[in-house]
Amino acid sequence: MIDNIDIDKIRSEFPILKELIYKKPLVYFDNGATTQKPQCVLDRINYGYEHLNANIHRGVHYLSQKATEAHENARKTIADFLGAEKREEIVFTRGTTEAINLVAFSYGEAFCHEGDEVILSVMEHHSNIVPWQMLCERKKMTLRVVPMNENAELDMDAYKNLLNDKTKIVSITHVSNVLGTVNPVKEMISLAHARHIPVLIDGAQAVPHIAVNVQDLDADFYVFSGHKIYAPTGIGVLYGKEKWLNAIPPYQGGGEMIAQVSFEKTTYNELPYKFEAGTPDYIGSTALAEAVNYVQQIGIENIAAYEHALTTYATKRLLEIEQMRIVGTAAYKGAVISFLIGSIHPYDLGMLLDKLGIAVRTGHHCAQPLIDSLGLPGTVRASFGIYNTKAEVDIFIDALKRVVIMLS
Amino acid sequence: MTINEIQDSIVEEFSLFDDWMDKYGLLIDLGNSLEPLDEKHKTPQNIIEGCQSRVWLNAEMNDGIITYQGESDAILVKGIVSLLIQVMSKHTPEEILNTELYFIDKIGLKEHLSPTRSNGLLAMVKQMKMFALAFKSRK
Repeated sequence: MIDNIDIDKIRSEFPILKELIYKKPLVYFDNGATTQKPQCVLDRINYGYEHLNANIHRGVHYLSQKATEAHENARKTIADFLGAEKREEIVFTRGTTEAINLVAFSYGEAFCHEGDEVILSVMEHHSNIVPWQMLCERKKMTLRVVPMNENAELDMDAYKNLLNDKTKIVSITHVSNVLGTVNPVKEMISLAHARHIPVLIDGAQAVPHIAVNVQDLDADFYVFSGHKIYAPTGIGVLYGKEKWLNAIPPYQGGGEMIAQVSFEKTTYNELPYKFEAGTPDYIGSTALAEAVNYVQQIGIENIAAYEHALTTYATKRLLEIEQMRIVGTAAYKGAVISFLIGSIHPYDLGMLLDKLGIAVRTGHHCAQPLIDSLGLPGTVRASFGIYNTKAEVDIFIDALKRVVIMLS
Repeated sequence: MTINEIQDSIVEEFSLFDDWMDKYGLLIDLGNSLEPLDEKHKTPQNIIEGCQSRVWLNAEMNDGIITYQGESDAILVKGIVSLLIQVMSKHTPEEILNTELYFIDKIGLKEHLSPTRSNGLLAMVKQMKMFALAFKSRK
């Protein structure tokens, strides 16, 4: 499997990997938070500003046409990448958070009423909790939460029992950012659809690592962030089935999203522009398309296999350490390992690893309800990307052994 | 010793180490030797919630002198709590309120007090001064 990945070439394409941190080579294991950017993406941003910068969709002039074309081509690239039926089903947002807020607001306005219910899971990121909580407050609705078993897999019987006539939408993460669990979202969608309930999938931790096809999943909404898939910050994607996007009202008002404006009445633009008020991030969208092309050139299946092998290796090596507790032991896991060692506080491990040039995340990972339900003070999380190596895992393990001695 | 004399002695102690890991080793020792905070003081009022770790702080005043006690669930934070108590405890409210804390910066641990770390330490320093202010106004 590793034969399909030319790791030296890949590493050479990410300039930041040459940085020294406290005079030590950077070992970047915080890809779940954000990924580094390859040269081609950085170049694409510069190219946009140097050669294609003009506001889109409103200029008759050459540059505006070219910029519009680039932005719309980017939309097509994303549609193909996700397996969407139409490019109109792709809405550019600032990221996963904004995409979920958009659906929670607009779907909520159109379809939700007092007494209705929203189903989430216990392993959601705050960005897939708080927008729904706000909707529930606004409409006097109730949040229902799918629990998980001791292996950090969602309790499917509980899920089936939670689905009922009051359920208006289900919103579930594809891959947990803390536990790494890959949820059976296809099955969950099909169970919800049997009751005509739409489902939103938070794909922020899935899209960079595993193949996703929204039509195969039959997802009604699927969202992700550019910056977690080697693209810049500030650009993200909402995929929505055309029938849903047409059935829900706009989220924000402004330029670009209108057809006709008068002080008496405004009519809205067609999809997807209805949801893209204001000047879109057309530099970001094209850089995101570049990142997606980059991922596709390596091959998402190759990436998945490579990262799976790396995660398996890292898990095995972590278990060499005494009193190691891996948090999240689902059968099907993404490139994320959360752990604790004995009674050592995650903050202490993270701070000392940092001094050794190793970037990991510590704390509750923006999933406080999950961490609280596990009764933990937080975890240390190593999350991998396409440029990470077994040699880096070895450096990480040696460093970890060293700091454990200091802290014990 | 005045507050600044204590600060200077800590700066001197840390200057003996040039390696980061040794400095952290000292901090861990300080954290380990900090007297545990009496359970009765671990009240919700005394807790300072950080995003990453929690800090408890208790203050008492006897004969015009404030004594602080504190603890944290993270050992590195506990080490800094220990230093802050060394510096600030056993002084009058006026002395504490007039103090400019420079030792953390000088020993190179400023990052722990940065608002971006959200480990409760910055809030603890504020809380120490708030206690001093409260005691001063009660006098």
